[in-house]
Amino acid sequence: MLSRVADSLYWMSRYIERAENDARILDVNLQLLLDLGGEAEAMQHWAPVIASLEETDLFDSLYEMADEHSVTEFLTLQKKNPNSIFSCLTLARENARTTREQISSEMWEQINRLYLFVQSDDARKLLASSPHEFFKRVVNGSHLFQGITEATMTHGEGWEFIRIGTLLERADCTSRILDVKYHILLPSGESVGGNIDTIQWMAVLKSCSALEAYCKLYVSQVAPWKVAEFLIAHQEFPRSIRYCVDSLDAALHRISGVDESRYANEAERLSGRLRSEVDYVTIAEIFETGLHEYLIAIQERLVEVSEAMYASYCASLGAP
Amino acid sequence: MTDLFSQYKVDNFFDEMFSASGVARPHYSRLLATFKEMGAADFARKRDLAAASFLRQGVTFTVYDDDQGTERIFPFDLVPRVIPAREWDLIERGLTQRITALNLFLHDIYHGQSILREGVIPKQIVWEAVHFRPEFMHFDVPRNIYIHICGTDLIRDREGNYLVLEDNARCPSGVSYVLENRQAMKRIFPTLFSEYRVRPVEDYGQELLNTLRYIAPPATEEPTVVLLTPGVYNSAYYEHSFLARSMGIEIVEGRDLVVRDGYVFMRTTKGLKRVDVIYRRINDDFLDPRVFRKDSGLGVPGLVEAYRCGSVSLANSIGTGVADDKVVYHFVPKMIRYYLGEDPILENVPTYLASQPNDLEYIIEHLPELVVKAANESGGYGMLIGSQASAAEREGFAERIKQDPRNYIAQPIVALSRSPSFCEDSMEGRHVDLRPFILDGEKVTIIPGGLTRVALRAGSLVVNSSQGGGSKDTWVVDEEEA
Repeated sequence: MLSRVADSLYWMSRYIERAENDARILDVNLQLLLDLGGEAEAMQHWAPVIASLEETDLFDSLYEMADEHSVTEFLTLQKKNPNSIFSCLTLARENARTTREQISSEMWEQINRLYLFVQSDDARKLLASSPHEFFKRVVNGSHLFQGITEATMTHGEGWEFIRIGTLLERADCTSRILDVKYHILLPSGESVGGNIDTIQWMAVLKSCSALEAYCKLYVSQVAPWKVAEFLIAHQEFPRSIRYCVDSLDAALHRISGVDESRYANEAERLSGRLRSEVDYVTIAEIFETGLHEYLIAIQERLVEVSEAMYASYCASLGAP
Repeated sequence: MTDLFSQYKVDNFFDEMFSASGVARPHYSRLLATFKEMGAADFARKRDLAAASFLRQGVTFTVYDDDQGTERIFPFDLVPRVIPAREWDLIERGLTQRITALNLFLHDIYHGQSILREGVIPKQIVWEAVHFRPEFMHFDVPRNIYIHICGTDLIRDREGNYLVLEDNARCPSGVSYVLENRQAMKRIFPTLFSEYRVRPVEDYGQELLNTLRYIAPPATEEPTVVLLTPGVYNSAYYEHSFLARSMGIEIVEGRDLVVRDGYVFMRTTKGLKRVDVIYRRINDDFLDPRVFRKDSGLGVPGLVEAYRCGSVSLANSIGTGVADDKVVYHFVPKMIRYYLGEDPILENVPTYLASQPNDLEYIIEHLPELVVKAANESGGYGMLIGSQASAAEREGFAERIKQDPRNYIAQPIVALSRSPSFCEDSMEGRHVDLRPFILDGEKVTIIPGGLTRVALRAGSLVVNSSQGGGSKDTWVVDEEEA
């Protein structure tokens, strides 16, 4: 496969996953407000969203304050934000357009449909009248794309690059969603483990579609360390960091054809190291390091894997 | 009872569907019967469905009228153009004869130039042609084929005679619309296809691949064929990607290719991979910054040298533009007689050359009755339709012609044939042309029909997509009485 095409497939799926995660974060935050009520408390939920996405500078250059309206616009239809839903879906489609001969027509039509939707007036109106419906449409659109990809594309090298893009982005996003909680300050007078704290942790789980899976395991006993443990280290939940990292490492090895116990290039060495770290870490160790610090470190590791993969497969000139 | 066709007028034109108002030609009769049963609202709904489906599939071209570039669909008219087999056989023979002569001509002018030495074509016309590449004199192209893919535009005059308007011998585009239009029509009017025996077009990709594999360097067992595109921002990118998909080959950009030790390779995730044949949709000028335009970021440094060594084949060959120069066009009937000793089966539109003093005088005096074209423009640009231009525009053009006579030709305004097309709420006659696509490889293969372009603006003679043109599905049908 052409190196450029592999890179485009990877970014196509990353951007779709990113758009999906923007929608998830916003949707849960909007619902959280309904639970909390009260103007002042509500306000402090928006700045942390921007902080966890590391977009504070760009945001401050465009808006005066972080509230429901400005943050929602910034992450949905704001063209100046390269990571808004609008921009992500536009970029995903551009990447898909250059890889049309690799992806199935069904995949292309689904991306195109999503793109035409966010471009349309209908999208603008829907976001204004019922934001939840808007977010649902984006999330469902992304899920449909993943399903179509699974069912219509040969599970070969190109498919693995698509998978890697999704998994890397998802691991990154899960870490950021967890991190939102770090940035949210509890209202004065509220205590850790109190009512509002619990509601906030439940929102984190909901952002990752993880509330139901979590409750099956812990019988709706929402405790911070358990939520963190679930989202970081659960072996089978598809949005946990561990699941993403394990699958990512496996996908890299399927591309090179090298056994998972060994590594053939820098990307595999780094993903293998990250995998064993996430596989064997305990939640006590994480809280000892500090949850925020641990999550930042994970994000940095993911960037390293991404860069090494680019160097191994996409920037290489190789020898004939 | 009124139907879509009750107000339809043939006027003073050759009409593809009716021999006179109300009298359908035999090969259109079943089509007419089906369409008569449909109301305007129903027809409009079907048209909108087709348009929505093209948009959803991204069957679009890009118009750069602002900094962003807007994607548009190529307007599609649901009334097909039907060509009976008897007419198609004539077209097919005429086009085969024409491409054979054009390829002999290219071989000749890049070798012994006998046609110039014998004075059949004035020497300076070739030497001054912008796309003549003297640096390829005495170079032998693979299998001695220069033009592998040709799009020749045909029109019909008031009597219904097919005439050649121009040849496109460099990178003709539009074939993807032929295939997409057919697919759309099959979805919209499935029963019509069971009633008519329409010759299929779906094997174009396979035929194109066969043509490309045929020219692979000798001793290449399983040649790797790629399509070279200028990139996603090119207005025809959709077509490039469509063709690559239908052939199952890689679509590459210049930056994906690299020349090492005289061979061309593409950069893949598993290292460099040898490329044997390039179907390039990039003009000569941009192919190789070391040889042609130095500022080209689209090409591949060293590609021309590899081509010269014979390690990679190009389709079309370099330097074919001299054959579709609008001045050289005038001499194609003479080429056919010269190389093949045959009379041309398809005639040219009468053409005046501004470079010939008598013709120049005639052109200047008769501008209101003529179409003037620059020798190397396309897409409907650099053109003056005398009858529709203002006196000032005509004067301006006359000045330009006198300044640079080699670069202009003029033709009488041909009353192009018309075909019923759906406009607002009824059928109206609109002018059409036809671009068949000709492949020249082991044998000459022509896709049955081709792209019918239609000037959707009332009265307009310009069918180009950049100038308000649309397209129709084109059917070659086997039975006259269908």
